[in-house]
Amino acid sequence: MTDLGRVLVLAGGLSHERDVSLRSGRRVAEALREVGLDVEQRDADADLLTSLRQDAPDVVFPLLHGVSGEDGAIQEVLSLAGLPYVGSAPAACRLAFDKPVAKAIVRRAGIATPPSAVLSQSTFRELGAGVLLDALVARLGLPLVVKPSRGGSALGTTVVRSADELPAAMVECFAYGEPALIEQWIDGTEVAVAVLDTGDGPRALPAVEIVPESGTYDYHARYTAGATEFFVPARLDAEAAGAVAQVAVAAHQTLGLSDLSRTDLIVDRDGVPWLLDVNVAPGMTETSLLPQAVQAAGLDLGVLARELLAAAVDRHSRT
Amino acid sequence: MSPQPSPNRKTTDAAAATGSRLDSYVDRYATRTHGMTASEVRSLFAVASRPEVVSLAGGMPNISGLPLDVVGSLVNDLVAKRGMTALQYGSGQGDPTLREHICDVMRPVGIVAHPDDVTVTVGSQQALDLVTRIFIDPGDVILAEAPSYVGALGTFRSYQASVVHVEMDDHGLVPERLSAAIEAVRAAGKPIKFLYTIPSYHNPAGVSMTAARRAEVLEICRRADVLIIEDDPYGLLGFDGEVPRAIRADDAEQVIYLGSFSKTFAPGLRVGWALAPHAVREKLVLAAENSVLCPPAFSQLTVSEYLANHDWMAQVKDFRETYRERRDAMLEALDDLMPAGAHWTRPTGGFYVWLTLPEGIDAKAMLPRAVTSRVAYVPGTAFFADGFGSRSMRLSYCYPTPERIREGVRRLAQVIEQEMELRATFGAWGAAQRPGLDAPAPDQS
Repeated sequence: MTDLGRVLVLAGGLSHERDVSLRSGRRVAEALREVGLDVEQRDADADLLTSLRQDAPDVVFPLLHGVSGEDGAIQEVLSLAGLPYVGSAPAACRLAFDKPVAKAIVRRAGIATPPSAVLSQSTFRELGAGVLLDALVARLGLPLVVKPSRGGSALGTTVVRSADELPAAMVECFAYGEPALIEQWIDGTEVAVAVLDTGDGPRALPAVEIVPESGTYDYHARYTAGATEFFVPARLDAEAAGAVAQVAVAAHQTLGLSDLSRTDLIVDRDGVPWLLDVNVAPGMTETSLLPQAVQAAGLDLGVLARELLAAAVDRHSRT
Repeated sequence: MSPQPSPNRKTTDAAAATGSRLDSYVDRYATRTHGMTASEVRSLFAVASRPEVVSLAGGMPNISGLPLDVVGSLVNDLVAKRGMTALQYGSGQGDPTLREHICDVMRPVGIVAHPDDVTVTVGSQQALDLVTRIFIDPGDVILAEAPSYVGALGTFRSYQASVVHVEMDDHGLVPERLSAAIEAVRAAGKPIKFLYTIPSYHNPAGVSMTAARRAEVLEICRRADVLIIEDDPYGLLGFDGEVPRAIRADDAEQVIYLGSFSKTFAPGLRVGWALAPHAVREKLVLAAENSVLCPPAFSQLTVSEYLANHDWMAQVKDFRETYRERRDAMLEALDDLMPAGAHWTRPTGGFYVWLTLPEGIDAKAMLPRAVTSRVAYVPGTAFFADGFGSRSMRLSYCYPTPERIREGVRRLAQVIEQEMELRATFGAWGAAQRPGLDAPAPDQS
């Protein structure tokens, strides 16, 4: 095994998911130390570039979530600094982070994703909210899901079960960002599939099935241990399990992602997997999904993270 | 019943039937623990700690004016001369010399007390915890101002108290509302254990109870025989040189008084106290011993030495000047920049302004937008036990510099304007679904 030298874990940032990112960073840094690596963890702040120049690490594991972390910005910065890093290239991040864009791309590749509409605040203002809201309900039906088109951890996301809840859901969503993605609700089993590629092609880990106690996998259900029950592997029949794995790998490839990703899906009553979202910097906290899948696959998070770092160094040396 | 897993359990089936909740202790927690969960607001505050964000959210005292050289040499001497006492367990009630000093510290608010009636605690927060512990059974009623101190509400919740909020106006608790609340709770057959109040420079409301109001509140509580917990961390931090007379100064039996060195000296030492009638004090000391054995000797002796050897009152005056300058900066910025329809209290001391948003705006829903614009505040709902207060927020001016305060208010004003535009787009959606948008509060009358 090549000596990886000094590893920098980047976590924190200024997005709404700072807290989650800090926890992801801590967990990965700890796992890497346990497998004997020299690891430093730091925030992505105004001194980052200077510090990268003056005291460059050998390889970076960015674990910034949300805007700047998953939209390609930090990846662009690391590319400019000429440093190898784990994760997808800036352009691929930009596509995947924007949910409507990612949906359009995977749909073209034959992957099912719930029917949806994308609207900005100004459209509502200029054309009148009432008519547009009515049209949304008429077209997508109820329940439907309102979420910011960029962002994670279900922040700003509301499941709307009756039409009179829709305006409040829009207001809540726009407080997190623009535009809003309004998506048809698919009834079924909620699963997340992690995809890994440590140099020999992308492979799916066992699907994680999510059963939140409250019925909704919201921020609370995501980050309060005990609030959600997880089944790994998901309680799917062999055919559905194969289908979700195939969709996750196909999404990873179609979007041109590298190293790791996590695809969130709903498997409907007929066993059809509907893609909701693809994450380029999946959460690594104590309650996050990818580490559970890693464990279920009989892998060690530290060993895996080390392999991802090695693959990043290898890729960098080839370009 | 054997605690061991059954040896012939079919593990594969069991694994398939139940998933993992990632917390193997989840079925063992006490009922009161279930309320302790991750929240979006908490996570948004993680961003507020970054220097790019002007945080008007925290309540951290500004201790940059403290004479560290003086404190340093006091601590040096303390270790050299009284190290064996400072590093040893002490009395559960607290160091006797410190209790004497505490009686001196309470003089300016009009309290004449005996050191025997003082219990030293780990910050006044522990005093609050002890008082709640010795009085509250699950379901007992505590009356508190609307809004009230978030840390007190947390303590009350952890003892499963039922908090009934009593309306305030710009002069603090409204006496008629207090009478009405007492009557209503008793008519419902519930026991009222005490009234919790912060009469001076209220956190979060930023108002102070007038002397006449204090007398009225005391009279109502006497007649109804309701105990008063008077929390007074800011009493010496009035900006006009005025030190409001404590309610406790006029009644030693009806009132338990809580004090703190966190705002007059240093919060890191965690030294506060409770002044209570003799019988209550006995229970407090026993409860304190069960909880922490004794308050930290080292911290107590440090405070004691500081009070004895330093002009601590001059330091308090210095703090006051700093906070007054910041209060001025905040009020001036609010006057200049806030959109019409927003209104706020005008504190004469303490750390906080309570701001009420234009009608229909929800401070909690707006917080992510504020954080994106690099400004933070605490949504009003944090200061209510019942979900009210969503139209309000607490702004603190204690920590940021006057320039940063102005910049923070400028950003906040823009955020409110954006939210108003959004609100105008989506019309009258809110009131029916979110309780408490129009909860009565200071500066709304």
